[in-house]
Amino acid sequence: MSSQLFTSKHNTLARLSLLLFVAGAAGFLGFMDMLHRSSYVRYTKVRREQPVPFSHKHHTNLGIDCRYCHTSVETSSFANVPPTQTCMNCHNVMWKESDMLGPVRESWETGESLEWTRVNDLPDFVYFNHSIHVNNGIGCATCHGRVDQMALTWREKPLFMKWCLECHRDPAQFVRPDDKIFDMAFDPKSLPLEERQALVEEYGIDTSNQRLTNCSICHR
Amino acid sequence: MTLRPLHLIFCAGLLVTAGCGPLFDIRKAMYDQPKYEPLEVTDFFGDRRSARPLIDGTVAQGHIQLDDHLYLGLEEEDGDFRQAQTYPFPITADDLNRGEEMYNIHCSVCHGKSGHGNGMVVRRGYKEAPSYHRDVLRNAPPGYFIGVINNGFGQMASYSHQIPVEDRWRIVAYIQTLQRSQFANVEDLEAIQVFIEEPITEHSSPEHANEH
Repeated sequence: MSSQLFTSKHNTLARLSLLLFVAGAAGFLGFMDMLHRSSYVRYTKVRREQPVPFSHKHHTNLGIDCRYCHTSVETSSFANVPPTQTCMNCHNVMWKESDMLGPVRESWETGESLEWTRVNDLPDFVYFNHSIHVNNGIGCATCHGRVDQMALTWREKPLFMKWCLECHRDPAQFVRPDDKIFDMAFDPKSLPLEERQALVEEYGIDTSNQRLTNCSICHR
Repeated sequence: MTLRPLHLIFCAGLLVTAGCGPLFDIRKAMYDQPKYEPLEVTDFFGDRRSARPLIDGTVAQGHIQLDDHLYLGLEEEDGDFRQAQTYPFPITADDLNRGEEMYNIHCSVCHGKSGHGNGMVVRRGYKEAPSYHRDVLRNAPPGYFIGVINNGFGQMASYSHQIPVEDRWRIVAYIQTLQRSQFANVEDLEAIQVFIEEPITEHSSPEHANEH
C-alpha cells in the first residue's frame, strides 16, 4: 500500500469532475434561459381559465367587430374589457338560461365585477399605448394573433423586448393600411415592401434619429 | 497552485448560479409594481375595484354634459324641448364614413347592414329589430335616433356607454343615408359626387354648428 492517498488516476477524475461541473453549470444556465423563454413561463399558447368560458371565435364568427366590446382601443392606451352591460345587450334575451352565463347574470344583478384572467400583461416598467398603434397601421392580429380563431383566449407572443424592437426598428415590416387594422385575416406581408414603406411615410411614423428605439419611448 | 482559466470559469459559474435567485425576485417586483393598471383587482376596497365608481352627485373632469342638443338630441323651442331636427355639427364625408364604420360595429349586429332589422343576432333568435325603412322611422328627426341610442328602446339597451357622443350623431347620419338609399332614384346617382365632396346641408347648417 502506497503512502499516497490519491493515485495518478485521481488526476483524471479530478479534471473530469471539474469539467462536469462546468458543463453542468453551463447546462443549468442554458436550461434557465430556455425555461425563461418557454411557454411554461411566458404563458404563450396556453388557454387561460376564465370565470365564463368566453369564445372570441364564436363571437367574431357572428360578425361582431373587436370594437363592439373593446371600445376604447382607438382612443386610449388601454383596450378595455367590456362592462357586464355589453354582454347583457344580447344575453338579456339570448342564452339567458345558460349555466355558463351564470356569472354574467350574477354580476348584472349584484353590480359586482366579473374578474377575468388577464391574458396579455406587459411588465409594469413598460409603457404601452393601444391607440397609437391601431391609429398608425398596426393591426390587432400582429400582436394578439388570430384571436378570431381562439375559443378560449391565449397569449400569442411572449412579449419580449426584442420582439417589440423588431417592429420599432423597421415598422415597414408590419404596417398595414388603415382599413385593415381590425381585419384579423389580413397579412401585411401580402403587400410589396415599397407599399408598406409608403404607408410608414403616410402615417408619419418617424424613424429618424432612432426615435422609436429610444429607451424612454417605452420605459418612461 | 496557479490560477487557470478553468478555475475562473468555475468561480464565475458559481457566482452566476448563486445570483439567480435574488435576481429573479427583483425582476418579479419590477414586473408587478405597487401601482394599479386600469381595471386591476385590489384588496383595498370592498368591491375589489381599483377603478373607483363616481361618487353620487359628482362629475368627472371634462365629462360635464351641458349641451342638450349634443348629448340628449333635444332642441329648445318656445321654452319647450323637442327632438332635434338638426345635427350639432356639420356632417362631412369623413363623418359619414366614420358613421358607417360605427354603425357596422354597434348597430348592424341586430339592425342589419342595410337597416332592414335582420342582423345576425336577430337571425340567431333575438327579438326582431324594426326596419329603418318604415315610414314612421323615415320621418323621424335625428334627435329621435339619438334618444334611442342614449336610452335604449324595447329590448334594446342604451348604447351610450359604448359609443362616444359624436360617433352617435355620425351613426344617425349614416342611418339617414341608409334610409335615403332605399328610396333613391336614378337621378340621385348623379348627385352622389357632390354628396361625398361637400357636407350635407339638408340636415345640418354652419349656423347650428357655431352654436356649440
